[in-house]
Amino acid sequence: MWDYSEKVKDHFFNPKNAGAVSEANAIGEVGSISCGDALRLTLKVDEQSEVIEDAGFQTFGCGSAIASSSVLTEIIKGKTLEEALNVSNQDIAAELDGLPPEKMHCSVMGREALQAAVANYRGEEWKDDHEEGALICKCFAVDEPMIEEMVWANKLRTVEDVTNFTKAGGGCAACHEDIENILEKVLKERGESFDPTAVAETPAAAAPETPKAPLTNLQRIKKIEQVLEALRPQLMADGGDVELVEVDGNTVYVNMTGACSGCQMAAMTIAGIQQRLMEEMGEFLKVVPASEMEKLHTIGA
Amino acid sequence: MSDIYLDNNATTRVDPLVVKEMLPYFTEQFGNPSSIHKFADGVARGIKKARKQVQELIGAEHDSEIIFTSCGTESDSTAILSALKAQPNRKEIITTSVEHPAILSLCEYLEKDGYTIHRMPVDKAGRLNIEAYQSMLSDKVAIVSVMWANNETGTIFPVEQMAEMAHEAGIMFHTDAVQAVGKIPMMLKDTKIDMLSISGHKLHAPKGIGVLYLRRGARYRPLLRGGHQERGRRAGTENTASIVGLGKACELAMEHIEFENTQVKAMRDRLERGIIEQVPHSFATGDLNKRLPNTTDIAFEYIEGEAILMLLNKAGIAASSGSACTSGSLEPSHVMRAMDIPYTAAHGTIRFSLSRYNTMQEIDEVIKVVPGIVENLRKLSPYWDGDKPVADPEQAFQPTYA
Repeated sequence: MWDYSEKVKDHFFNPKNAGAVSEANAIGEVGSISCGDALRLTLKVDEQSEVIEDAGFQTFGCGSAIASSSVLTEIIKGKTLEEALNVSNQDIAAELDGLPPEKMHCSVMGREALQAAVANYRGEEWKDDHEEGALICKCFAVDEPMIEEMVWANKLRTVEDVTNFTKAGGGCAACHEDIENILEKVLKERGESFDPTAVAETPAAAAPETPKAPLTNLQRIKKIEQVLEALRPQLMADGGDVELVEVDGNTVYVNMTGACSGCQMAAMTIAGIQQRLMEEMGEFLKVVPASEMEKLHTIGA
Repeated sequence: MSDIYLDNNATTRVDPLVVKEMLPYFTEQFGNPSSIHKFADGVARGIKKARKQVQELIGAEHDSEIIFTSCGTESDSTAILSALKAQPNRKEIITTSVEHPAILSLCEYLEKDGYTIHRMPVDKAGRLNIEAYQSMLSDKVAIVSVMWANNETGTIFPVEQMAEMAHEAGIMFHTDAVQAVGKIPMMLKDTKIDMLSISGHKLHAPKGIGVLYLRRGARYRPLLRGGHQERGRRAGTENTASIVGLGKACELAMEHIEFENTQVKAMRDRLERGIIEQVPHSFATGDLNKRLPNTTDIAFEYIEGEAILMLLNKAGIAASSGSACTSGSLEPSHVMRAMDIPYTAAHGTIRFSLSRYNTMQEIDEVIKVVPGIVENLRKLSPYWDGDKPVADPEQAFQPTYA
């Protein structure tokens, strides 16, 4: 079964604010196509201050859907509508000490229920703006519609292109067959055919040159910087960034900043960076968050 | 009360007698059965005995019709790919929409290579339409592959009759019988079944051992080529300890087959009745008149399966579910979808699968626990109000799906 955090289990076994709020004046009802789960969020909003005085949920769904609903109601109680709207699905997942990648859509459903409830309070019609589908890349949580859209929009032709644009396939590489299948399908729709030997068109990291002599320390660090530089656009697309702090033997210390910091996907992102660094540098490297640096040094001393 | 294991269609506990039989093959009789020295001289005999024990359980005519493989999936793949390879002019496969992924995923893959796959639908009780099947049989079909019993509902398909029909039409017949072997009696020599898959861990043998039954004379092309093991039909050094274990497990299954169809069935029936009588808006799925004796699949409407499983697990009860969330896939089980079970029920299906190790006391404990779990989850459900579903549930709650 899923590796749920203690917090997820706690919110599932002892849900907070279950049931509908009486005299609710904001109701959001959303469902997730990807698993059939659905959630009704009821809020009682003070009309003067727009503070959420009470929140309740009713959920048809799995353990993490119920836990996400429960924690959402706890987060937003006492917040104004404007403050509540700033709550992201990552905030919901973080409050639960993370969710498995396959279950992130439960937190998305929570956030959407909130948006729908606020729209309902304001007399607006809420419309969903994203599509969900089968999870292809489990390392970076990228799903099929996302890859398809990028393949269409950017005329991608190779797995490497897809990785450069979406990160999908940049980790353990187990999903490359699935990505090829998507490419095959979209290219066919576009009247082309998929060529597995085609060379990626998108500027990936500069092609690895086989060094004639061993790199000097400075050259090596510069090269690591180059690789990180090439990865940066993907991270920035998600509102994050990476910073090289120190290189010590085979260990590369980095700081994950922006949206990457504190994101439960950071660990996986780091694994992806490590993979890429090893490929480009042609040597074994370990990527570690800089926060671990002191700890390790203390142990080593 | 200690934990209650009702997930035997997923896998079973290895019988202690099986373990005992296996142990010498790790440290004493560890030689390669092909070697000629005293570390190996008992091994070939052990394998021979196991082959006999498997033969006995499934009623095969010859023991050489038993080919040991690594698992049910390998047996399935070998059977289908062999039929295609041996008959290159036949480009069609007939199967059902409720097969195990070991068959369905392979077929989907073959479809891309230009093969035509006919997936027979089932009705609301999970049954096939035999007239429709008859009309599909043609000389373009390389193989028919139909499971003997369904892993989720336990529904039994009339494979003996279907094999006769295929044979009449000159078509090979394979059955994935991993759920049926050891639970219901069979006598393969009286049938026209050409190939049959067995999985050891479904009948109290270890994981990582399987069998492909191959009728003598059936045209065959191995999947794994290499050494002469299994008469050249499945290369690779024999998994001797597990083969011996599977043999013992087959012998024990044979001894208990009556118990399975009387006592185990009685426990299953009591469990099913006990739950459905107490829990409103719950029902058993599949063909209730033609079912494995150990399986019941109950749909609890308006709640979701994984949530039920987590609460069952907390109460020390192990079962499984056809809901989407437990598998990490997008859809509730393809079996539930094929039977046209509505979403709000398909997501809440729980499969209880028993074994000869269960007891009536355990069953009574489960009957006691389940209604409370369902009630608690329904309190959280937007489709539920008090002690009944909201009036016109599909209308009352219409979320915007994203």
